[in-house]
Amino acid sequence: MKLSVMVNEGPYTHQASDTAYNFIVAALTAGHEIFRVFFYHDGVNNGTRLTTPPQDDRHIVNRWSELSEAHDLDLVVCVAAAQRRGIVDSDEAKRNGKDSDNIAPGFRISGLGQLIEAGVQADRLLVFGD
Amino acid sequence: MSETKKFMYINRRAPYGTVYPLEGLEVVLIGAAFEQEVCMVFISDGVFQLKQGQDTIDSGMKNFSPTYRALGDYEVTRLYVERESLEERGLTEADLMPLTWEDEDDDWAEKPSIHIVSRTQLSDLLEEQDVVFNF
Amino acid sequence: MLHTVNKSPFESTSLKTCLGLAKSGSDILLIEDGVYGALAGTIHTIMLAEATGTISVYALGPDLKARGLPEDRLIPGIKVVGYDGFVELACANDKVQSWL
Repeated sequence: MKLSVMVNEGPYTHQASDTAYNFIVAALTAGHEIFRVFFYHDGVNNGTRLTTPPQDDRHIVNRWSELSEAHDLDLVVCVAAAQRRGIVDSDEAKRNGKDSDNIAPGFRISGLGQLIEAGVQADRLLVFGD
Repeated sequence: MSETKKFMYINRRAPYGTVYPLEGLEVVLIGAAFEQEVCMVFISDGVFQLKQGQDTIDSGMKNFSPTYRALGDYEVTRLYVERESLEERGLTEADLMPLTWEDEDDDWAEKPSIHIVSRTQLSDLLEEQDVVFNF
Repeated sequence: MLHTVNKSPFESTSLKTCLGLAKSGSDILLIEDGVYGALAGTIHTIMLAEATGTISVYALGPDLKARGLPEDRLIPGIKVVGYDGFVELACANDKVQSWL
């Protein structure tokens, strides 16, 4: 089946990002296709490459980047929510006069239309949040 | 996108205490451009989103309640409000913003967008959907 | 329909709202802090225990284990599944409703 996932909370504060990640790993293991993972609300904070979690804990952002690379996943961070929370790629930095960008590898910034498309194109949409 | 799906946006949270109602509304407005069959549901504290007379000046927060009035223009014309949620909170339909839409198939007659429904009716509606969002 | 509930019934009304709207024949999966709703002998046990007659209720094993909740403390009739079972439930139902 083709599955889409929406992640509405950032790393560590809520379990949503962990549950979504574990669900996706299980889905991929079972042979399903992940159409898109869309990060909204504070979920966009999963897309910053500047986190330094304690060494003895899971690295949530890197885990997403690695999964994205290993399975060619489409990890999309909502542009409107990202602008509110300061998640920026180089294009957004130029466009909005920011002095740097911070998007993590494997993520891309795009509009809410990508979420709607994720709902239309997939067989199932799952939402993980608070 | 070739097929049309039934999208339901469920709103369970009060406005201003968290960002979810505002950002949820943004999804609905963007989603309106994709010509799917859309409805919104307001249950639990979500019914407070439609409360009349929101004035945010002293709080410094953005008053986004006028945005609900634009939903009709975006062809989001079905806003289901759970009766039990209203009653539990001491509210009636008269406390809600009078949201309307213009029916071009009926000589642009103005019609109410808000429909008060029972929990049972809502349960039936939920079953009919293809994609469900929660904000 | 698969309903997921991720909040403890002691913290939030999500489980109660879910049970009010879930039709018989549907599946409910308790995840994250929602697994506390699976405990027998609490003030909230009765609302879920009554539902297990017409609704299949599941609890996510890794979340139970993380919280030190053994299976013999759960309401009888609740089935424990892993993330693989979560995926199966999502695919076996026509859609997933997340009660956040």
